[in-house]
Amino acid sequence: MNDLFIENGLPAILAASAITYIFRFGGLLLADRLPQSGPLRCFLDALPGTILISLVVPSAANAGWQGFVGVGMCLIVYFKTKNLLLTMFGGVLTVYLLRLFG
Amino acid sequence: MRNNSSRQENALHLPSLYRGAVANIPLAVSAVTYGGVLGVLSAQKGVTWAEMSAMNILMFAGSAQFVMVDMWQAPLSVLAVSMAVCIINLRYLLIGASLQSIFIGHPLWRKALFMHLVADENWAVTIAEHRKSGTNPYFLLGGGMLLLCAWSSGTLGGNLLGSFISQPEKYALDFAFTAVFAALTLSLWRGRGDIVPWGVAIVLALICEKFLPGKWYIVIGGIGGALVAASAEYYRLNRKVSKAGAL
Repeated sequence: MNDLFIENGLPAILAASAITYIFRFGGLLLADRLPQSGPLRCFLDALPGTILISLVVPSAANAGWQGFVGVGMCLIVYFKTKNLLLTMFGGVLTVYLLRLFG
Repeated sequence: MRNNSSRQENALHLPSLYRGAVANIPLAVSAVTYGGVLGVLSAQKGVTWAEMSAMNILMFAGSAQFVMVDMWQAPLSVLAVSMAVCIINLRYLLIGASLQSIFIGHPLWRKALFMHLVADENWAVTIAEHRKSGTNPYFLLGGGMLLLCAWSSGTLGGNLLGSFISQPEKYALDFAFTAVFAALTLSLWRGRGDIVPWGVAIVLALICEKFLPGKWYIVIGGIGGALVAASAEYYRLNRKVSKAGAL
């Protein structure tokens, strides 16, 4: 057992896993008590988009100007093809080439 | 009769599971790549395959695993790890809440079971599918199962091979995550009404990412942007009421 886990490794993983699961399941349970219309509903409906955009833009910014060009390429490929895999390859290839020759 | 309807329900599961898995293939590809990156990092930090597997199966949360691996040092502080994971994974509270309409009418045990395999990826794919043509929890689960396999093979492969990908950023593999999430974000665009909420979210996220630790920027940007959408609705309703009063 000692070879497989460092000191406190297993308790830390268990605690982190419990926290994560409580958030996932708790969010769903809380939402069951929420209204179906009005401002709060608008808030919940807007959340997926605002969460994702908040996740993407800073990570693109961290990749520098190549990152922004890469995201631009993702935009173009996505609206041309609506295909996620092609969009990903378009973005990665763009950043790869820009870093290679930039 | 009861037997018949449950059989009918069962017949609906497999196609949904399958469609959910297929819809998540592009994300599974990117999960293998950045899972591989994490695996290589984890080998350098001395994380064992058993520790990585436990994190994969019990926690199943990419960005939190990145941070935990970064903190990997004996003896690990359970409190510090827990706090970091709280901050990073707080968004799952919002993600869980946004899945409510997909789980309507489903029993509690199914909610409790299926929610474990909710990651950013299959969540976003499911929400997009739900807005397009409606969907069910099995679609979500199918994606989650595929992602668990992809994530495990990526992280464990990287962990075993150690230095196989010595410079992931040279091949822009670090950008795979951003690129695939950029595409997913675009698929959630609802129209002009999203301009201001998304704009506010971007500004908040960029500022908070600079000045706050961990992944607070995702939570603050997400909540801030959605609050803008909610207040727009609030003013719209109020104006309607005052107009009705004037008449």
